[in-house]
Amino acid sequence: MNELVAAVPWLGKRNPTAARWLIILVAIAAPFIAWQFGRSWVRILDFALLYMMLALGLNLVVGFAGLLDLGYIAFYAVGAYTFAFLASPHFDVHLPFWVILPLGAAFAALAGVMLGFPVLRLRGDYLAIVTLGFGEIVRIFMLNLNYPVNITNGPQGINMIDPINLFGWDLSRNIRIGEDFTIHSLFLYYYFFLAAVVASIIFIQRLQISRIGRAWAAMRDDELAAKAIGINTRDMKLLAFALGATFGGVAGALFGAFQGFVSPESFSLMESIAVLTMVVFGGMGNLAGAVVGAFVLALLPELLRDVAVPLQQTLFGHVLLDPEVLRMLLLSLAMILMMLLRPAGMIPARARYCHDHHLSHHLNNTPKREAAK
Amino acid sequence: METLIQQFINGLVIGSVYALIALGYTMVYGILGLINFAHGDVLMVGALVALQTMLFLMGMAPGMSPLVMLAIALAVAMVICMLLGFTMERLAYRRLRNAPRLAPLITAIGVSFLLQTLAMIIWGRNYHTFPQLLSTTPLQPIPGVFVTPVQIAIVVVSALLMVGLLLLVNRTRIGRAMRATAENHRVASLMGVDTNAVIALTFVIGAALAAVAGVMFASNYGIAHYGMGFMPGLKAFTAAVLGGIGNLGGAMLGGVVLGLVESFGAGYIEHLTFGFLNSSYQDIFAFIILGLVLIFRPTGLLGERVSDRA
Amino acid sequence: MITLLEARNIGKRFGGLQALSDVSLTIRKGEVYGLIGPNGAGKTTFFNVLTGAYTPDGGDFVFNGSELPSGKPHKVVGRGIARTFQNIRLFRDLTALENVMAGHHIRTRAGIWGVLTQNRFTREEERLTTERAYELLRYVGIERFADVVSKNLSYGDQRRLEIARALATEPQLLALDEPAAGMNATETGQLKQLIQQIRNDGITVMLIEHDVKLVMGLCDRVAVLDFGKKIAEDVPAVVQKDDAVIAAYLGGGKHAH
Repeated sequence: MNELVAAVPWLGKRNPTAARWLIILVAIAAPFIAWQFGRSWVRILDFALLYMMLALGLNLVVGFAGLLDLGYIAFYAVGAYTFAFLASPHFDVHLPFWVILPLGAAFAALAGVMLGFPVLRLRGDYLAIVTLGFGEIVRIFMLNLNYPVNITNGPQGINMIDPINLFGWDLSRNIRIGEDFTIHSLFLYYYFFLAAVVASIIFIQRLQISRIGRAWAAMRDDELAAKAIGINTRDMKLLAFALGATFGGVAGALFGAFQGFVSPESFSLMESIAVLTMVVFGGMGNLAGAVVGAFVLALLPELLRDVAVPLQQTLFGHVLLDPEVLRMLLLSLAMILMMLLRPAGMIPARARYCHDHHLSHHLNNTPKREAAK
Repeated sequence: METLIQQFINGLVIGSVYALIALGYTMVYGILGLINFAHGDVLMVGALVALQTMLFLMGMAPGMSPLVMLAIALAVAMVICMLLGFTMERLAYRRLRNAPRLAPLITAIGVSFLLQTLAMIIWGRNYHTFPQLLSTTPLQPIPGVFVTPVQIAIVVVSALLMVGLLLLVNRTRIGRAMRATAENHRVASLMGVDTNAVIALTFVIGAALAAVAGVMFASNYGIAHYGMGFMPGLKAFTAAVLGGIGNLGGAMLGGVVLGLVESFGAGYIEHLTFGFLNSSYQDIFAFIILGLVLIFRPTGLLGERVSDRA
Repeated sequence: MITLLEARNIGKRFGGLQALSDVSLTIRKGEVYGLIGPNGAGKTTFFNVLTGAYTPDGGDFVFNGSELPSGKPHKVVGRGIARTFQNIRLFRDLTALENVMAGHHIRTRAGIWGVLTQNRFTREEERLTTERAYELLRYVGIERFADVVSKNLSYGDQRRLEIARALATEPQLLALDEPAAGMNATETGQLKQLIQQIRNDGITVMLIEHDVKLVMGLCDRVAVLDFGKKIAEDVPAVVQKDDAVIAAYLGGGKHAH
C-alpha cells in the first residue's frame, strides 16, 4: 500500500495521507464512474482486477525472484479449469465456491512446483523458453484432451460454469433495493475482486519485507553469493514458483466463475506475454508497478477499441486495424519501448525495499538517543 | 518398412528446415548470448514476402518460367529479411548489449509479437495458399514411399547453404572476425575487428537463411500466414540447444535429429500411449526434448565447441 | 588447543588441471590462519570446496568434530562457516542494511504462514534481525551508510559490508578471500584491526591474502599452497624462511612484495 501511495503523482510525496484516501476513494468509486460510460466498462474493470492479480503473482516470480516465467498463464488455466471441472454440468459436479477456490490454488501451486523442479538449475533465458514450452504443453493438452476420454471438451471449452456463491449469496444476481434501485452483478464482482486484489497486495507486501523477500532479492542480485550466505536457493525458487502460481490459480478460478465459460483460447501465449508486459510496464520488482501496469494495459486496449474503431471509420471509411490487432500492437510496442527507454518501468524501483522501514528507523534512533544521554 | 522410410524422409525434410533456422539462433547466441526470439518471425516475413512477390509476378508476367519466378521471389524475400535483421539489431538489440540480463530477451519477445502484428495488418489473419512452383507430384523411388521434388529441393538447398556457411565462417576473413567476436568482443575490437559490423552481419546472414527456410516451410505445407513462424522458431531454438548452442555443426545435427524425432514420434505416439495421445500432440516433443536436454546435458550433443563458434 | 576444522586429503581436478592435490590442514579454534601461495596455487579453489561451492574429488572436511556435507553451500553456512569473495559479491540493489539482514537468513525460521499472518514470533524475529544488522554495521564501522544501496558504497566500505554480511550468518569460522585486495595502506590498517577484533570476539578466521606484510603481522599460523599442494604450514616466522616457499614464490615468477 505504501508503494502505491508513493506512486501517486505529485500528491504521493507531499501528502501521503491524502494520497492514500484518494486511492481508496477511486477504487470504491471506479465502477460507478465506469457505469456512466456503459455496462461493458464495469465488466472491463472487473477483468482489469483479475489482470492485477495475475500481474502481482507474476511480479513475484519475475520481479522479486528474478525468474522469467513465460508460461505463467498456464497456472491461470489450471485455476480456471479446476473451477470449470468442479462447478459445471460438464462432469455434473457442483462443489461450493469455498471448496474449489483453495483447490484451484493448490493445484496451481502444485503445477508451479512441478514446473519448478526440473527448471531450477537453468539460467535466466533458458528458463524463460522452458516455461514457455510448459505453457504451450498445458494449452495443447487443454485443446486435445477431449479424446479418447472427454476431459477438457477440447477447443469448445466448458460452458455454464456456476457463478461465485459466497455462502448462499450469488454474485451473478443483481440486488434489487426498493422499486427502482438495483446493484448490478458486475458491481458485486468488482468489489469481491477488489477485496481479493487488496488481500493479494497485503500478502505480497508482507512477503517482500520478510526474510523470504530478502532471500529472493538476494538470489536475484547474485545467486552464488546468496548460496554463500546460506540461502537454500532451490527451495526459495520453488517457493517463488509455487506462490506465484497460487495467485495465478486463484485469479483463474475467479475468472472461470465470472465468465461462466473457459476455453483454451483464453490461455494462449499472448496472454502470458500480456501479463508480462504489464509487469514490465509498471516496473519489475515493484508492487505498485504491477498494479498500475495491469490497470493501464487492461484498460488502454478497450479505450482504443472505443476510440480508434469509430475514428478509423470516419477517416478511412472502414476499419483498418481491428481492436485485437490494436491490442497486440500496443502490448508489443509497450514491451519494446519500455525496455529500450525505461527499463525500470513507469514506477522505478525507488520504493523497492525488503525490510520494514518503520521498524528500522525506530531501531536506528534508539541507540543514538541513548548515546546522547 | 515403407512407413519407416517414409517417416525418415519426412523427418529429414522438416529437420533440414529446422537446421537452417537453428543456424540463425545459434550464430546470434554465439556472439551476443541473446536468444533472438523474433528469429522465427523473420521466417514468416520471408514466406509472406515471397508469396507477395510470386503473386505480383504471376500477374505481371504470366508466362514466366516457375523456376525463375521462384528464384526472384526467394531473392526478394532474402533481401527484405536481411534488411529486417539489420534493422532489428540496429534499433533494438544494439542498445541493450549492456542492459540487465532479462532486458534483451524481453525486447526480443516484444519484437516477435510486433512482427506478427504487423504481418497481421498487412496480410490479414487468413491462411494464404502458397503457390507450388515446383512439381508436387510425388515420386516413388521405392514402391510405397513418396518423395516430392519440393522435398528433394529442400534437403539439397539446405545442405548447400549449410556447407556455404561453414566455409564462410571457417575459411574467410569475415568468418575469422566472427569467431573472434564470439570469443571476446573487447579483445576482438582491440585487434581491429569492427565488432558492430560483425554483429550486424551475423543478424543479416541469419535472416537470409531464415528467409530461405520460410519459403521452404511454406512450400512444403502449401500455406503461409502471420503466425507460421512461431512454432518452427521455437523448434529451431530447441534444435540449436540440442546440438549445443553456439555451435554451427550442432545446430545442423540438432535440426535433423529433432525433425526425425518429431516425425517418428508423431507416427508412433498413438501406439506408445495406448491410443491416449494422438498426432495432435506432435508439438510437445520439441518442448520435452528442450527440457530434457537443458536439464541433463545443457551443453547439447556436440557441446559448445569454441573453435566452431560463430 | 581445540581443532575447529580439519581438511583431510582434499583433491580437486578441473579437466587436465589438478587444482588441489591431497591438501590436508588443521585450523585451531580462535586463531587467524593464513592461506598463501602464488597466483593459481589453488587457494580460492580450496575455499570453494570448503564452502560447498564445488564438490571435492577426494577427501573430506571435519568441522567441530563431524563431517561437512559437500556441495551444499547452505548447509555448510548452517554449520558455521561463512565466506567473502575475492571480487566482492554484494547484493547490489539492496541497501547495506538489507545485505546484512539477508545474511541473517539462515539463523531465522519464519515461514510463509508466519510472514502472512505477521504473528508475534515473526515480528520479534524480524526486529532482532534488524537490530542485529545495525549492530554489525556499527561493528565494521559503516552504520551511517545503512540505507545506502550497496553498489553506491566505496570500495573499502563494500569490503566491510561483505564481512558484516558474513558475520550475520553467525559463523564460527570466517573465511576471507583477499580482503585487502585493492585497499590502500590506511584501509588495510583498519582491516587488520577489524580482523583482530573479530578474532578477539571468538571467531576463528581463515585468510587468503597476497599482502605478505598483512599475513605475517596478523596470522598465528600460515599454510602455503603451490600448484595445488601444501608445501609448508607453520608460524609465519618459520614459513617465511622456508626454502620451498621462497622457491615457489621466486620460481612462480611472481615475487610477493
